[in-house]
Amino acid sequence: MGAHGPAKGLTRWLTTTNHKDIGSMYLWFSFAMFLLGGSFAMIIRAELFQPGLQIVQPEFFNQMTTMHGLVMVFGAIMPAFVGLANWMIPLMIGAPDMALPRMNNWSFWILPPTFLLLASTLFMEGGGPNFGWTFYAPLSTTYAPPSVTFFIFAVHAMGISSIMGSINIIATIVNMRAPGMTYMKMPMFVWTWLITAFLLVAVMPVLAGAVTMMLMDIHFGTSFFNAAGGGDPVLFQHVFWFFGHPEVYIIILPAFGVVSEVIPTFSRKPLFGYDSMVYATASIAFLSFIVWAHHMYTVGLPIAGELFFMYATMLIAVPTAAKVFNWITTMFKGSITLETPMLFAIAKVFLFTVGGFSGLMLAIAPADFQYHDSYFVVAHFHYTMVAGAIFALSSAVYYWLPKWTGKMYNETMGKAHFWISFLGFNLTFFPQHFVGLAGMPRRIPDYNLMFADFNMMSSIGAFIYGTSQLLFLFNIVRTITHGKPVNSDKVWDGATTLEWTVPSPAPYHTFSTPPEVK
Amino acid sequence: MYQQAKRLSKLALCPVLMLLSLLSTGAWATEGAPQRWQLNMTPGVTEVGAKIYDLHMFVFWVCVVVGILVFGVMFYSVFAYRKERHQEPATFHENTRVEIAWTIVPFLLLLVMAVPATKTLIEIYDTDDADLDVLVTGYQWKWKYEYINPNGDNVSFFSNLLTDKAEIANSEAKGSNYLIEVDEPLVLPVDKKVRFLVTANDVLHAWWVPALAVKRDAVPGFINEAWTKATETGVYRGQCAELCGRDHGFMPIVVNVVEEAEYQEWMAGKQAEAAELKALMSKEFTMDELVARGKTVYNRSCAACHGPAGEGGVGPAIAGSAIATGPTKGHLDVVVNGVPGSAMQAFGGQLNEVDLAAVVTYQRNGFGNNMGDMLQPIDIYKFKKGQ
Repeated sequence: MGAHGPAKGLTRWLTTTNHKDIGSMYLWFSFAMFLLGGSFAMIIRAELFQPGLQIVQPEFFNQMTTMHGLVMVFGAIMPAFVGLANWMIPLMIGAPDMALPRMNNWSFWILPPTFLLLASTLFMEGGGPNFGWTFYAPLSTTYAPPSVTFFIFAVHAMGISSIMGSINIIATIVNMRAPGMTYMKMPMFVWTWLITAFLLVAVMPVLAGAVTMMLMDIHFGTSFFNAAGGGDPVLFQHVFWFFGHPEVYIIILPAFGVVSEVIPTFSRKPLFGYDSMVYATASIAFLSFIVWAHHMYTVGLPIAGELFFMYATMLIAVPTAAKVFNWITTMFKGSITLETPMLFAIAKVFLFTVGGFSGLMLAIAPADFQYHDSYFVVAHFHYTMVAGAIFALSSAVYYWLPKWTGKMYNETMGKAHFWISFLGFNLTFFPQHFVGLAGMPRRIPDYNLMFADFNMMSSIGAFIYGTSQLLFLFNIVRTITHGKPVNSDKVWDGATTLEWTVPSPAPYHTFSTPPEVK
Repeated sequence: MYQQAKRLSKLALCPVLMLLSLLSTGAWATEGAPQRWQLNMTPGVTEVGAKIYDLHMFVFWVCVVVGILVFGVMFYSVFAYRKERHQEPATFHENTRVEIAWTIVPFLLLLVMAVPATKTLIEIYDTDDADLDVLVTGYQWKWKYEYINPNGDNVSFFSNLLTDKAEIANSEAKGSNYLIEVDEPLVLPVDKKVRFLVTANDVLHAWWVPALAVKRDAVPGFINEAWTKATETGVYRGQCAELCGRDHGFMPIVVNVVEEAEYQEWMAGKQAEAAELKALMSKEFTMDELVARGKTVYNRSCAACHGPAGEGGVGPAIAGSAIATGPTKGHLDVVVNGVPGSAMQAFGGQLNEVDLAAVVTYQRNGFGNNMGDMLQPIDIYKFKKGQ
């Protein structure tokens, strides 16, 4: 540390260009958004606890489903992975910092005002965005509340932040690897982020295009999405999902990267099929660009299009299955211990695969005519987003927290967090498969009595899962304030990557002299 | 820790066991209306629906078998290779043959799924040779059905949610068809191929009846096609499946599939009703008749936004409003053409001339507005024509 230590006080955080400071800010910010988006989910589940309208009115319910999705996707999951990337990529490739540190500061500091703006729409006249996180036109244009303009501005700002963040990640990985670290020696987390960053650079401008066309339709008299003026509402969906489908892989690929680090460490055995993992990740990324219309099977595509998107979507199962097999084979004949990060990683593999199975079912276009826009879909994407991404994030936080803070978290509390989350999660989302198949549409504030039993289970599960995240927060804070210091660089005996060669906590500046990678 | 792993496996099996146990209790497959504790998709009452159901079950069981194998190996590894009993981890980290095998096998499985999926999809898309065409139009928040009769004598009507507001607000007990009952169901003949032409008036909607295996997005400005052929009579219920604004959860679909003879009788009745309405067009109504009819129309079409007593809500108040107490022409313009860019719809195409005359008269004379003027159907006709 010494002369190059951080500045004191608030300026440290406002002006910092240090990847560790920025990483920490991203992580705290995303946790705050996770709790905000989670509290929206609690309102949704409280309203759906019983049939009838009890707590909120339909107008506000729609704002809650919309804001829950937007905040979780853009505010919680994506910034959390960017935070991990900031902290870990320089440490894992033996670089002193990110390649573009000032831009790094800027890409973070765009986010808090953006989400403040987005959240403030809830208090505006006419309410906040109420058209679902997919904001299909014309509900989000001609029929939208006035606050939609602020929503568009917020999406633009998020996009700028994401694009800058991903350019930085690409520049760092391409230019700043330690001598000897060839691409095929990079840790899998770095690989998955490299591919993710390319996806982000490719699709965030498409999202920006979609919201700009909305802006034009709303304020400048164009008719991109208005059939009466020669436009097409379905065009919006094509543009949105051309962004939206790669987006879901933007969320899940870094999560794959995390479990690809955690599982070998706690199995004390190298990752099985490293090369095929890289190729599988790249093929998933490629396929993600040619499957977008599987979100639109019922929209009236011609049959040739429908068949193409069905076959392409089914194909994704192949590289994804290869990844799952690789993780399991990594565990096979290992020497496994089940600390909290490993529990979360195993649960992630297990539950994400369940989400993958329902994804395969949804890929079958004729069957999708019954699944589409039902709770079956809600169950499916929460298995992939919550269990797939957020469980991986929990795993990552427990895994690297000792390196970040130099202190050990409380293992008992960590395991309690895991088991309560696991139970709460499954209780919430497994029954949603059933009500979806039985015919309950998504995004409705009230439902027939036939769906009441499973909805009540679902709500109870959501309250359990939501509450258990407070335990997570408590454990993290307590580690920072009262945690037992860890005495070794290599906190986990099975770890092999470069971050475990620097002291714990990682000093403010690391790898000022690059390490030698053999 | 071993204990915990054991618990992990038990919990993992929990959903599977729940599924299997309920499978045997008969809550599994159902026809028509959803059942309490229903776990699965309905095969419905159409051939296509049965094929979709079979496809769904086939893919489901493939997933179950693959899941048992994959998770089996995973949990076996977690048990058998725990550090306590397996101190020395193996060091292997690749095996090209195995990796090629587990790329090819899933691919082959997918091929097996793709064949029936393609066949069923082609069948779903075959909308030719329909016995009957019905134009389905989604409105915020109701459905309009129009029977396209070959002789040009079309029959059309709106289908609104019937459930009482008091039930939704929990001040009255909820009936068994809570939120899935309408004032006027779609009536279809059994064993006839019915083609639906699906569109929307305002935002996107989706017309979904699980038992008929139809779900099609209703897109404003475009017409989608779908078809069904119910093989059993009965009442089949569904809901709008695409978020369409505030009352998305409150625009159900009810289809009454009846014998051909009964359908013909019903159709004749609807046609007579239409003829009667035509006759009413030239009738001179009294103020009381208009107000009485207008009140019914108001409660069905206006009260949701403007309040049952005209006190306002989502929309502005009618009581004492400048429009309802201003010139008739301006009032008619708002009702017939709507207010673009707002929630106020154009009712010119939704209500007939008699109802329009009645509801405007009611609004101008009810709620303390007491304008004393009234409109006849012919005035509406002239107004529309003069636009």
